[in-house]
Amino acid sequence: MSGPQELGLRLQGITKVYPGVVALKDVSLNISAGEVVGLIGENGAGKSTMMKILGGVITPTDGSISIDGKLYRGLTVAESQAAGIAFVHQELNTLDNLDVAANVFLGREKTRGRWRLIDRKAMRDAVQPLLDRVGAQFGPDMPVAALSLAEQQLLEIAKALSMDARLVIMDEPTSSLTISETNNLLKVIADLKAQGIAVVFISHRLSEVEECVDRIVVLRDGRIAGRLARDEISNDAMIRLMIGRDLKSLYTPPQAPPGEALLSVRDVRTQAKPANAANFELRRGEILGVAGLIGAGRTELAEAIFGAGGKLSGEVRVNGAPLDAGSPADAISAGLYLVPEDRKRTGLILEFPICENVTMANLRSCLRNGRVSRSRQIEVSEEQRSRLSIKTPDVRNAAQAMSGGNQQKVVLAKWLSMDPKVIIFDEPTRGIDVGSKSEIYKLMRALADRGVGVVMISSDMEEVIGVSDRIVVMRDGGISGELKRSDFSEHNILTLAVGKALEEA
Amino acid sequence: MQKKDLGLAILIIVVGAVVYLRNPLFLSPINLGNTANLVGLFGIFAIGQGFVIMTGGIDLSVGSVIALLGVLFVEMVGGYAVPWPAAVAITIALGALIGLAHGILITRFKMQPFVVTLCGLLIYRGIARGYTAEATAGFPFGASYPQLEWLTIGRSYGIPHSFIAMIIIAVVMWFVLHQSVFGRHLYAVGKNDEAARFSGIRSGFVITSAYVICSVLAAVAAIYFAMFTKSVQPSSHGNFYELYAIAAAVLGGFSLRGGEGSIVGVVLGAVLLQELQNLVNLLGIPSSLNFAVMGTVILLGVLADQQLAAYRAKKRAAQAFERLQSERVES
Ligand SMILES: Nc1ncnc2c1ncn2[C@@H]1O[C@H](COP(=O)(O)OP(=O)(O)OP(=O)(O)O)[C@@H](O)[C@H]1O
Ligand SMILES: [Mg+2]
Repeated sequence: MSGPQELGLRLQGITKVYPGVVALKDVSLNISAGEVVGLIGENGAGKSTMMKILGGVITPTDGSISIDGKLYRGLTVAESQAAGIAFVHQELNTLDNLDVAANVFLGREKTRGRWRLIDRKAMRDAVQPLLDRVGAQFGPDMPVAALSLAEQQLLEIAKALSMDARLVIMDEPTSSLTISETNNLLKVIADLKAQGIAVVFISHRLSEVEECVDRIVVLRDGRIAGRLARDEISNDAMIRLMIGRDLKSLYTPPQAPPGEALLSVRDVRTQAKPANAANFELRRGEILGVAGLIGAGRTELAEAIFGAGGKLSGEVRVNGAPLDAGSPADAISAGLYLVPEDRKRTGLILEFPICENVTMANLRSCLRNGRVSRSRQIEVSEEQRSRLSIKTPDVRNAAQAMSGGNQQKVVLAKWLSMDPKVIIFDEPTRGIDVGSKSEIYKLMRALADRGVGVVMISSDMEEVIGVSDRIVVMRDGGISGELKRSDFSEHNILTLAVGKALEEA
Repeated sequence: MQKKDLGLAILIIVVGAVVYLRNPLFLSPINLGNTANLVGLFGIFAIGQGFVIMTGGIDLSVGSVIALLGVLFVEMVGGYAVPWPAAVAITIALGALIGLAHGILITRFKMQPFVVTLCGLLIYRGIARGYTAEATAGFPFGASYPQLEWLTIGRSYGIPHSFIAMIIIAVVMWFVLHQSVFGRHLYAVGKNDEAARFSGIRSGFVITSAYVICSVLAAVAAIYFAMFTKSVQPSSHGNFYELYAIAAAVLGGFSLRGGEGSIVGVVLGAVLLQELQNLVNLLGIPSSLNFAVMGTVILLGVLADQQLAAYRAKKRAAQAFERLQSERVES
């Protein structure tokens, strides 16, 4: 029955049940060789769950998987790899005590001699071309601890490419990549396809999905909500199937013209990018977008301002008063918040209940008679849950039992339940679906209209252009340019990001 | 009370019942009183150890702190005739200083807790032995301190005051750990230091406080032990006590990775350990097997606890699936 073009991979009637949640209900999917399947759906729709079943990370409650005619009730990771399935997980799984090459070959180390000693050189030589292919700027002997989130994402992709797979699953591989790495990846995907390798591509950035896939499968609430063939794919069609309604455009203009300077950053240098100093000002009531390529030093700058470390020199003023934040606690008491980019490391305590995470930065507001009141914590969390439409059966569940996008919403909820003067969002919508994205943009705009200064660091071109009132572009630790709304364009941002001057129009 | 604590309480009752059936002396007032006294003494510093383990750290110096501060306390009260309230205050202040030093070395200078407190273990023991020139520190013959003795080794209604002190400390610490903002911050720092810091929690302060609490409670225990043994033999007093404290915490559901545990748990852990000691004595098991019994029970206890948790999770998922199936049949 399986012809030469058949990959012979099918998921049949897959159901996955977690306590309190049905993640997948009777889902079936076939994948053929050399096709690129886009898998889209809202946060918590079940995309990652389905792919984790294929990757052998979790076993389905019901249903079967057949590979080359062999039937499985559930795969192990080893079986999945042996069947030629490579997996780029949504959550990064790099070991930061090892270097890049060691991470790529983890568990498949190259050895030499009869004592089977680790062959570092062979591993490095094998990794370099893969890094070039994904457009990484770091070498194979770079310690992973020194890589940014986006760079680790490139490393994960390189690792998947090293596996000689028949099917590569990419679960939100681009969520922290900027446009140039993303374009690179789209090229890699086209290459894979040409070699007859199948790809499952999951992303919330619908434009890149549209660009690279052959067909689309849309999941909604654990079921298949629809399929789109190549010629049916359009942004509107995808959104309609995902959320069941249409979406309007992103930008809502501010209610009032920007006021006085709320945050001013003068000559701030970071340890990571000491070559240039950053200077910018944020005015009351505006949303300032911060764009740049990977390695531009945006996260480092934000963390330095926030007092999380890495600041070499320079001055930060909030509301005119100098802030020399020695720790995040200082910045927070000055009314400056940072919503960090890496939810697993700095944004959340995954093992803790959602309500603990939401109230963590502001526990004092949950005191009753000097005691932390669980019912108050739940109250606050429920408020945020409906505000951000966080999908979970119970806010007392652990944060790790949620889908990635919903975890991101919990990070946002933590800071939105407080009362900021200035708030810096570092990749606020990383992994968040289109419907919720527009909700979050509305929230940001509401904050700005209330007189809060909003800084938004984002690698998502559509987002920076669509949401900001003004954009500063960073390059190598410094600000390489500033754009007014009338000058917003992908081209202008990229020009500044690579350090060229804008031609006057 | 959590499920874990309940399981431990049941284990304590079952072991107690078995020992009682083999030897009814187990429930005699004398035996109960003595065991309660030991539970009190060991429980006080086990609670402190719990705070440190909560941060993902460990304090190996507890036994040596008990020896050193015990020697100093006996010398102050017995040798230099310092009024005992002052001596108590000084001893506790010294405990706080020791904890502060540990905390600063660990948070400011980024040293590992194991290393810092291992060195503490050697240093404090060494000072105790050097200061006394290996001689046993004791109170002068015939000296008596009625109030101090009442507070430490006295009994009310047959209940040893050491036990009552432990209960009071446990209640206070229960509020601190389970009800206060500081307690939540401890859990957070123990589970994910970085995320806690990014939430504006001063993790250095939180961790240092845990070490101060641990050493202060060790100082309190040092006073109780010194009064209980009446004399302090600097090379053997308090030997291995840190291990009792760690064992009590682990039995009580603390994770050595940090971020998990409860006060009720560590107290029950201390009770179980003393019950096991008692079991060895009462059932005529050679006392040389003491440690072996203890080790085996801890191993089995922790193993059973984890297996049970995994089993419960599996059962919950299976039930959810069954519900889904029946819904499907209906529709
Ligand atoms: N370990 C877990 N325990 C309990 N529930 C879980 C667990 N992992 C996922 N879920 C639930 O399963 C559902 C599907 O999650 P999944 O991660 O597949 O979503 P997703 O489509 O990948 O979403 P996202 O776009 O946010 O990544 C969610 O409702 C989530 O809460
Ligand atoms: Mg996902």
